[in-house]
Amino acid sequence: VNRSASLAANPLISSWLTVQEDGTVILRVGKVEFGQGIHTALTQIAIGELGLPPGKLVVAPPSTAGSPDEGFTAGSLSTQVSGAAVRAACATARRLFIETAAAKAGVPARSLSVIDGDIRTPEGEIVGSYGSLAGQVDLDFEAAEPSQETDGSAQPDLQRLDLPDKIFGRPRFIQDLELPGMLHARVIRPPLLRAVLREIPADACVSLAPSVQVVRDGNFLAVLSEREEAAAAAADALSQRVTWEPAEDLPDQSRLAAWLRAQPRETSVLANEQKDGRKRDGTVVRASYSRGLLAHASIAASCALARFDGRVLEVWSHTQGIYPLRGAIAGAFGMDQSDVVVRHVEGAGCYGHNPADDAAFDAALLARRTGGRPVRVLWDRAAELGSGPLASAMTADVSAEIGADGSVGNWTYDVWSNGYTSRPGYAGNPGLLANGYRHGGRPLPASVDPGSEAGLGSGRNAVPPYTFGSACVATHRVLSMPIRTSAIRSLGAHFNVFAIESFMDELAAAAGADPLAFRLALLDDERARAVISAAAEGAGWGQRREAAAHADTGLGLGYARYKNAGAFCAAVAEVEATESVRVRRIVVAVDVGQVVNLDGVRNQIEGGAVQAVSWTLKEQVRFGRDGITSLNWNTYPILRFSETPQVDVVVINRPGLPVVGAGECVAGPVAGAIANGLCAAIGVRVRALPLTAENVVQAIG
Amino acid sequence: MTVISLRVNGEQVRADTEPGTPLLTVLRNYLGLKAAKFGCGQSLCGACTVWVDGCPTYSCDFPVEVVGDSEIRTLESLGTESEPHPLQRAFLDGQVGQCGYCLPGIIMRAAAYLRDHPAPSRADVAEALDPNLCRCGSHQRIIDAVLRAGRTGMP
Repeated sequence: VNRSASLAANPLISSWLTVQEDGTVILRVGKVEFGQGIHTALTQIAIGELGLPPGKLVVAPPSTAGSPDEGFTAGSLSTQVSGAAVRAACATARRLFIETAAAKAGVPARSLSVIDGDIRTPEGEIVGSYGSLAGQVDLDFEAAEPSQETDGSAQPDLQRLDLPDKIFGRPRFIQDLELPGMLHARVIRPPLLRAVLREIPADACVSLAPSVQVVRDGNFLAVLSEREEAAAAAADALSQRVTWEPAEDLPDQSRLAAWLRAQPRETSVLANEQKDGRKRDGTVVRASYSRGLLAHASIAASCALARFDGRVLEVWSHTQGIYPLRGAIAGAFGMDQSDVVVRHVEGAGCYGHNPADDAAFDAALLARRTGGRPVRVLWDRAAELGSGPLASAMTADVSAEIGADGSVGNWTYDVWSNGYTSRPGYAGNPGLLANGYRHGGRPLPASVDPGSEAGLGSGRNAVPPYTFGSACVATHRVLSMPIRTSAIRSLGAHFNVFAIESFMDELAAAAGADPLAFRLALLDDERARAVISAAAEGAGWGQRREAAAHADTGLGLGYARYKNAGAFCAAVAEVEATESVRVRRIVVAVDVGQVVNLDGVRNQIEGGAVQAVSWTLKEQVRFGRDGITSLNWNTYPILRFSETPQVDVVVINRPGLPVVGAGECVAGPVAGAIANGLCAAIGVRVRALPLTAENVVQAIG
Repeated sequence: MTVISLRVNGEQVRADTEPGTPLLTVLRNYLGLKAAKFGCGQSLCGACTVWVDGCPTYSCDFPVEVVGDSEIRTLESLGTESEPHPLQRAFLDGQVGQCGYCLPGIIMRAAAYLRDHPAPSRADVAEALDPNLCRCGSHQRIIDAVLRAGRTGMP
């Protein structure tokens, strides 16, 4: 990873910082907040480098009208990439201010320091400040990365900047935003991706409230009203009356894994390594694993606002990428990019490419028809669960040969999946849902996978981290896409690590080895061994495994290094299996390099672990031939409070080592740990996710 | 259009609306009270939880005309940054929440629960919060904060 990618694209300090005469500093970043605490982490870096007290620095809401272009906020890269740029901009600004103060005071610059925004001599005399020198320092100056990483762990954690608004109920979310004169819109959607809007009965529109305006553009259908309840009621009424003709059938859900394997595909070989030429004459073990589609299932419905004055189109969105969205919208309408402004406003939790961008395009499309009145679009729950991009179903075959000495050779891993990326602008297509429906728009292309430099997609963590005699790994990206897929937190890593870690336990069982000792014997990396040992120790691996075996419970272990290059993470799950599968406790040990904000890391790991428990135990998108059917919280259940395990997090800080992200690394290890804990509890290997009673019964056969 | 009179956060207020409009829409769009959130519109996630006569209630498909003389309370009336409710203080102290969209509903449900059950167990709190969903996985911190607020005492 190019740690200064954000800096290379925006090298001047003035892109990042404005110093005001009252001593307040405005920090502009292109990375967006969605509850992961990134603006707090970047603020902590900035005030540490500048020598400012908290409260003297404000993060400007990201906007294409002034923020640096940092692409997407994704892939657990923000603290790393944006953090490096912010650090460089702030460290260089601090140096320039000190030099200016030194020149004015006639003292050597290296003798001066900055404390709480004041520039002081060693004797404590104040010779300037950010505020007093604000007009005298030219920040159109290239920022340079500081030669030395500041030890962020030496600073106390900054409290989350966004939480007070949320805890006191003050408006902060995009759903809370109102623009003068705005119209409320709802979109009526087909039950599946490719469908043709056949007919709108003549009387269907007549029965709507007189204030409601119906907009049709090709297969795109929406209603507008000054009153939100009228728009919602009209959308409900109209959706009952219109007919859609499916352009294709969906696959048979009960045979989804077989369907994936039967499609046209693009194969990529990720590893084909012969490390030793030994013949083991050992036991060959084989297994197949599978998982269904997952929904983002954000707790809010996606929302966007847009306003068009005849020339400039302004869009308010909870997108992950303000600049890519601007480009996609401008491209779809044939507009000049400079005539489109995208402003970020916080939405609810974002776990990948969710419908935020699609909602923004809905609003933009409608705002071009309202004579300058702003439009607010809110999706409904069914669309949020069924019309946005989903995480692809996946299936994998694994085999390996285990020697009498515990060594492993002839490892093969093949995984079939739809692609994990169809973000706006990918492959030159706007990739926005309504653009596939409107007249003259372009159908959405099949999802692709990010390349190896970005950590892969369906192949993410498909290459095993262990030392094997040989390993052959291939991904088979499915080219037909009847159900739209894209990026979800950890991409393919959740499933791949589930499969690999399950299989590691199957190999350990074949070898008659303890799963912990078996893994450690095949791992050289000290940081890998450290997280595994810490998680095992935290969970009381030895004693607890013995004790658990007698009580319908089992301990399971899972490990991965995220993207094979990022955070090291191990999890031990204590799983109870009675009439359903339940996770009682998870111990996670993680190494994200140098820790910037310790509580922020803990919060991300806790949340990621709980979400992974939900995916692994409960979640799968359900569908029939003519559409997705898991469209509410009853049919797409997620983990509830009483089902939530205790999560204990051990953070191994590595001061001086590169910072890597924490948000996504835990999903795979938790999935593997739960599957292995379940097997330890019931003595049966369940190879299909989710680990519902239904799938357990099927595995018992 | 009908004028409906409601008692909200201790004040008598009026809103122009039509019968059948959800209480949540009236609170958010016509009374400017944005704390309660729209999550599903089907009484299944709890983001819209407010008090109706002290009882935690989903407001997203609660027709406003059914409110009658009942007293509505929303998170806006629970506490302020200078005088936080013990739960709000506990949530801040514990840095509870990721996206925070579910928090207004969860805090209102938890506040009613603690009022009626002063010293609950961990399992009790978890079960009491089951009608509300959180997607970011903040459950553990939320439960911890509710237990802490319970110990430090409720007004």
